[in-house]
Amino acid sequence: MQAAPLVFVLLALTSVAFYLGRGRSLRVANGSVRTLHSLPSYHGFYTALWCGVPAFLLFAAWLSFEPTIVTKLVVAELPQEMREQPEARIDLLVNDIKNVVRGSIPARQVEPAVAAAAERYRHLEGLSSAALAVLVLSLAIAGGAYALRAIRADLRARNRVEAVIRAFLIASSTIAIFTTLGIVLSVLFESIRFFQQVPVSEFLFGLKWSPQVAIRADQVGGSGAFGAVPLFTGTLLISGIAMAVAVPIGLMTAIYLSEYADRRFRTVAKPVLEVLAGIPTVVYGFFAALIVAPVIRDTGAAVGLSISSESALAAGLVMGIMIIPFVSSLADDVINAVPQALRDGAYAIGATQSETIRQVVIPAALPGIVGGVLLAVSRAIGETMIVVMAAGLAANLTANPFEAVTTVTVQIVTLLVGDQEFDSPKTLAAFALGLVLFAVTLVLNIIALHIVRKYREQYE
Amino acid sequence: MNSATDGLGTKAKTPERPRAIDTVRAGLARRYARERRFRFFGWLAVVVSFVFVAALFASIIASGHQAIWQTRIGLEVDFDPQVIDPEGKRDPAVLSAADYGGLVKRALASVFPEVTARADKRALSDLLSSGAAFELRKKVLEDPGVVGTKQTLWVTASDNVDMLMKGYAERDATGAAAGLQAKQVAWIDRLIQRGQIEKRFNSTFFTGGDSREPELSGIWGATVGSFYTLLVTLFLSFPIGVSAAIYLEEFARKSRWTDLIEVNINNLAAVPSIVFGLLGLAVFINFIGLPRSAPLVGGIVLALMTLPVIIVASRAALKAVPPSIRDGALGIGASKVQTVFHHVVPLAMPGMLTGTIIGMARALGETAPLLMIGMVAFIADTPGGVMDPATGLPVQIYLWADSPERAFMERTSAAIMVLLVFMVLMNSVAIVLRKRFERRW
Repeated sequence: MQAAPLVFVLLALTSVAFYLGRGRSLRVANGSVRTLHSLPSYHGFYTALWCGVPAFLLFAAWLSFEPTIVTKLVVAELPQEMREQPEARIDLLVNDIKNVVRGSIPARQVEPAVAAAAERYRHLEGLSSAALAVLVLSLAIAGGAYALRAIRADLRARNRVEAVIRAFLIASSTIAIFTTLGIVLSVLFESIRFFQQVPVSEFLFGLKWSPQVAIRADQVGGSGAFGAVPLFTGTLLISGIAMAVAVPIGLMTAIYLSEYADRRFRTVAKPVLEVLAGIPTVVYGFFAALIVAPVIRDTGAAVGLSISSESALAAGLVMGIMIIPFVSSLADDVINAVPQALRDGAYAIGATQSETIRQVVIPAALPGIVGGVLLAVSRAIGETMIVVMAAGLAANLTANPFEAVTTVTVQIVTLLVGDQEFDSPKTLAAFALGLVLFAVTLVLNIIALHIVRKYREQYE
Repeated sequence: MNSATDGLGTKAKTPERPRAIDTVRAGLARRYARERRFRFFGWLAVVVSFVFVAALFASIIASGHQAIWQTRIGLEVDFDPQVIDPEGKRDPAVLSAADYGGLVKRALASVFPEVTARADKRALSDLLSSGAAFELRKKVLEDPGVVGTKQTLWVTASDNVDMLMKGYAERDATGAAAGLQAKQVAWIDRLIQRGQIEKRFNSTFFTGGDSREPELSGIWGATVGSFYTLLVTLFLSFPIGVSAAIYLEEFARKSRWTDLIEVNINNLAAVPSIVFGLLGLAVFINFIGLPRSAPLVGGIVLALMTLPVIIVASRAALKAVPPSIRDGALGIGASKVQTVFHHVVPLAMPGMLTGTIIGMARALGETAPLLMIGMVAFIADTPGGVMDPATGLPVQIYLWADSPERAFMERTSAAIMVLLVFMVLMNSVAIVLRKRFERRW
C-alpha cells in the first residue's frame, strides 16, 4: 500500500476509535454521565490516542529507515566484484539502480547485474510497504481495542489525555534547542573533517583562496588554497559600506520620526519603511546586480574611473538600503524609551531641540543604539542573496570599493550549489565558513542583546 | 539687576566680561541655524528612504510591465495531411510525431517567397520561437479535424523579435538590432506593415514552467513549488510554534530550562538564513537521506526559520488575554488544560494567525536556504507533490536574473512583481485579521 492512502486509512481508523470510545463510555455510564470520572469525549480522545499515536510513530520510523535498509540489502546481493569497489563507485551504482526502479533509465540500458538489483530493489520495496501496511493497521486496531477494554466509569481519561497534551507542548518548546544543537553539530562535524585536511591556521590566516582542487595530478590551476582572509576582508568591506549607508540614514530617520515629525507624516512614513523591510532579499539582489551596478559602472566610466560591474560598492549600497528600516526601527524603540523628564530638563535650561537630541537623548540612548547597530552588522555579515547576485567570485584582497570582492556567504553558495562530492575539502570548506559565520553572528547577537537588555533595565 | 548680591554684581559691571544673556543672544542665530540644519538632515534621511523605495519599484515596474505581452506572428498554416498524417488514420502517436517544424517554416516561407538562400531561410525561421512547432502540434492533438485545412495561427516569436517589438533593442546604423541581422529587422518591418505581427496577452508566462527560451518560460512551476514548500512549512511551524508558545506562556514555571529555551529562540531569530540551509543539507539530506530539491526539505528548513516569529507573536497574543478569563474558568472547575484550550487560546487565535501569516510571507521570500538544499536546479515540469524536485518563486527570480538574455530581465522583473503581489496579499490578510478580531480588554 502507498504511503498517502495508508495515512488516510489510519486517520479514518483514529476517528472511528474516537466515536467507539465515546459510545462505550456512555454505555458504561448507563445513561447517567455523572457516574463517569471524565467526560465521554475524553474517553473518545483516549481511545483515539491509543489507536493513532503508536501506529503513526511506527509509520514514521519505518519510512525513515526503510530506504537505507533496502539499499543495504540490495548492495549485499550484488556480485562480488561490484561490492569490492570503492564507496563512491557503489554510491553511483546505487543511484543507477534507483533510477532504473523509478523508470528514469530503461532497464535495457544498464548492465544485467544492475537490472537484476533493480528488480530486487523493487521487490523488497513492495514487500516492505505491504509489511508496513499490515503492521501499522494491526497496531492501530490493537491499540484502539486495548483502550476500549480499559474504559470504565472510574478511568481517569481526562488526566491521561491532558498528560499527552502537556507532553506534546513540552516537546514543541524544545524544538528550538534541538535546532540550535542541530546547527552546531552539523556545521562542527563537517568543519572538523575539513580541518583534518586543511590546518586551521592556514584557513584563518591564509591570504589565498582558490578552492578548486585538482582532480588529476597533471591538471593546471587546481592548487586548492584555502586561506579565508580575502573572504573575511571582502565581507567586512561590503558590510562596512552597508553600515555607512544604513547607520546615518536609519538613525536620522528614527530621530526625525520620533522627535520632529507630526502624526500625519509618521502614519505615511512608517508603512513605507515597513515595505522596505518586507521586500525579499532576492529582489534587492536583482536591484543591485541589474540596475544599480550598471549605473555605478557607467557613472564611473563617465568621470574616468574604472569600476568593476561587480563592485563592492553596488552590493554594499543596496545592502545598506535593506538595513535602513532595521536600524531605524531599533533606534526608534530606544529613543522612545528615553524618559521625557530628561528632555524637559534640557529644554528648561534653554537648549534647542537639536541640542537636546544630540547632547541628552542620543547619549542616553547610546547603548541601545550600539546594540541595534551590532544586530544590523550581524545581519549584513549573514546576508546572502544580495552579495551572491551582485558581488563577485574572485577572492581579491583589497580595500578598494570599486573592485570586485567576494564574501563568506557567496563562497558557501558557490561551493555547495551544483555537483558535489561530499568528502572533498571543497564542499567541507563551505561548512567551515558556515561555522565562522555562525560563531561571529552568534557572538554579535549575544553582545547586542546583552547591551540592549541592560540598557532597558536602566530606565524601567 | 542692581548688585544686591555683590559677587554677581561686580562681575556684571566689569566691561570685558559680557553678560550671559548677551552671549546667549550672540550665539542664537548660529544655534537656530544648526537646529534647522539638523532638522533638515532628518527630513532628508526620510526622503532618501522614500526615494529608494520609489526607485526600486519604478525600476522593477519599468523593466517588467511589458512581460504580460508576448509578440506573436500570424501565419497562414496549411495543415497538410501529407506531412501530418499520410495514412489518414489520425493515430495520436503519428499525429504527435509529425514534422510541425517543417510546416511552420513552410508557412513563414509563403509570406516571404523571395527568400531562397539557405542561410537566409535559416535567419527567417529564427524569427520564430522553437516553441512554435509545439503550438501547432497542440492544436492538431486537441482537434484532429484541422488536418487538411488552412488556418491563421498566431505563433510565438523569438525573444529577440519580442525585445525589438517592445522597444528594448535599439537599431544601429546598419539597421541591425541586438541579436537580429539587418535583413531580419527588415522582415519584421514588413510583417508590421501587413499587420501579421502583434503583441498579445502572454498566457505562457502565467501557465508555463521554466525554459531555456525566455519566450517559453513561465512562473507556474515555481509558484506550485513555493505553494508546496509553504504548505509543509505551515503544517509544521503553526502547530509546533503555537504549542511552544502555549507551554512557555501558560504552563512553564520560570526556570533555568525555560531560560535556555528563550535564549535559543532569540538566537535562532538572528541566525543567518544560509546557516539554516547548511543544517538542512547536512541533517535532512545527507544524514536522514531525504531527496534533494524536494519541497519537503525546503518546507522543514523554512519551518525551523519561521518558528521564532510564530512563537514570539503567539506569546504576545496569549499575554494580551486578561487573567480574569483564566480565573473565571478555573473558578468554575475547569482543569488547567481545559482553561487554556477552551478559553485562552480561542481569544488569542487572531493574534497567533496574524503572526503565522507574517511568518509565512517572510518564508515565501526566503531564497538562500533553498539554494543550499538544491531547490535551484533547472526544473521545467510542474511539481506534483512534496517529494518531487521543485524550485520556488524567489529561486526562479534568482535563476532568471543570472541568465544573460535580455528577455529574461523582463521576466525576472515580472516574476518579482508577482512575488510582491503575493506578499502584499498575505500581509493585507494579516492586517485585516488584526483589525477585525483584535480585542482590547
